[in-house]
Amino acid sequence: MENLSMEAQRFDLNKQSLREVNQFLHGDAANLNGKFFTIENPNGAHSIAVGLNSDVHVTIKGHAGYYAAGMNQIAKVTIEGSAGSGVAENMMSGFVHVKGFASNAAGATANGGLLLIDGDAGLRCGISLKGADIVVGGSVGSFSAFMAQAGNMVILGDAGEGLGDSIYEANIFVRGKVKSLGADCEVKVMDAESKKILSDLLHKSGHADLKPESFTQYGSARTLYHFHVDNAGAY
Amino acid sequence: MCGIVGLLVRNPKMRDTIGELMLPMLIGMTERGPDSAGLAMFSAPVSDDSRKFSLYAAQQDFDWKALVADFEKSLNSMAKIEPKTNHAVITTTLSPILVKAWLKTNYPQLHLLSVGQLMDIYKDVGTPAQVADRYDFKNFKGSHLVGHTRMATESAITPAHAHPFTAGQDWCLVHNGSLSNAHSLRRKLEKEGIEFETDNDTEAACRFLEWRMREGDDLETALNHGFDELDGFYTLLMGTKDQLALVRDPFACKPAIIAEHDDYVAIASEFRSLAHLPDIKNAKVFEPSPKEMYVWKI
Repeated sequence: MENLSMEAQRFDLNKQSLREVNQFLHGDAANLNGKFFTIENPNGAHSIAVGLNSDVHVTIKGHAGYYAAGMNQIAKVTIEGSAGSGVAENMMSGFVHVKGFASNAAGATANGGLLLIDGDAGLRCGISLKGADIVVGGSVGSFSAFMAQAGNMVILGDAGEGLGDSIYEANIFVRGKVKSLGADCEVKVMDAESKKILSDLLHKSGHADLKPESFTQYGSARTLYHFHVDNAGAY
Repeated sequence: MCGIVGLLVRNPKMRDTIGELMLPMLIGMTERGPDSAGLAMFSAPVSDDSRKFSLYAAQQDFDWKALVADFEKSLNSMAKIEPKTNHAVITTTLSPILVKAWLKTNYPQLHLLSVGQLMDIYKDVGTPAQVADRYDFKNFKGSHLVGHTRMATESAITPAHAHPFTAGQDWCLVHNGSLSNAHSLRRKLEKEGIEFETDNDTEAACRFLEWRMREGDDLETALNHGFDELDGFYTLLMGTKDQLALVRDPFACKPAIIAEHDDYVAIASEFRSLAHLPDIKNAKVFEPSPKEMYVWKI
């Protein structure tokens, strides 16, 4: 979301190895904090800008492959194209922005930070979400928020089949249609606290024009928390 | 894991360089499939009364000239041969039934890779770069192609187990994934009199779809039957005389990405195989949805 500083340092994956670039970005935080970097010619390479742990701004100028910005901490990573499977997987904090679409398992197991996807996300978006926020401008595929434990997912478009299957305590907000809900996922009445969470996320992600009331909230019915003998057949 | 690539060239001017455009696509999928590679190339058709037969010999220095002399003498019919090391394409006006029977009796050591008017198949063990080099993929010309790089998970690494698989004529299929009901499907097809060449799961899918089309299904209907019958993980890419078609299983366990451009349609398991294509920045790049059918016509 930031304007790119003119002093951004350029990396070019046609000329440099990805390992060299990632190792540079893993340098001493004191030397990196506040700096801007661009990565040219990503050409779908895997694991671009993974494991960052300082206050850097990294812009990937094209399509990224698998696991881009995985395990991110503090850093702000923008992908100007699409992202392959597992973008921002296991993110701890920071901000990852995909301007195109994201493939399967976007934000899988992410603990903190914000993942913003302008386009659609594939299947299993936010699978096993552990506390991060995910905002998807388009639609998400089937089995999204599967076993999500904590955090928030905001979906401006539609959701596929089995949304929130076996969900624990995460919140899901969907503006469009949901094809089907997974086991133990139900519609919730949006209380003031949830509305604030949603409103804050819409502001943070550039969607302040949308009213929280236009979303439906989904969450856990909490019937799968404990063993119940009547459910024995289903286990 | 495996890699798939497909390319359909819409701009006729670019068809002479299809091999050059494709080569980095195939090599880009080496990490996904380093043990074998293959390609089905669709080019200008032979005359209506002719058929092409792609043949594979285990022996690198197989004497193709002697084979064609033998063929012409014993079948009393002219044949054209285009050999490339252990591979050759024979063109003849004799019926496929006759040619297959003659090959089986006289050259049982040869493997018949394909029969058709437009399609040639090349496949062998080795890295994609080695296989491409062996058969000079770079200089291939044609309208569309289907390629595969294999990392074997469910059956042996042999040339016959490499993809593409084919059945019937001018029809081929490559597969990334694994089918869990390949054996039951095979038993079902064997009851219909369909013969198998390998124990590969992909061959079952290939023969199933070709059988459906022989029974009167068009490609779309056959693929709908495929969604009902095939159990497992798959991204399937198929080539016919004038089409490429792609489907992914309902769970989309195996990847695919598509680039649609005025000049071409390119398909690969991952974007890194598409990045080099001309003017890719202006192509529409998207991920195909699960259980959807994507068909492109030349």
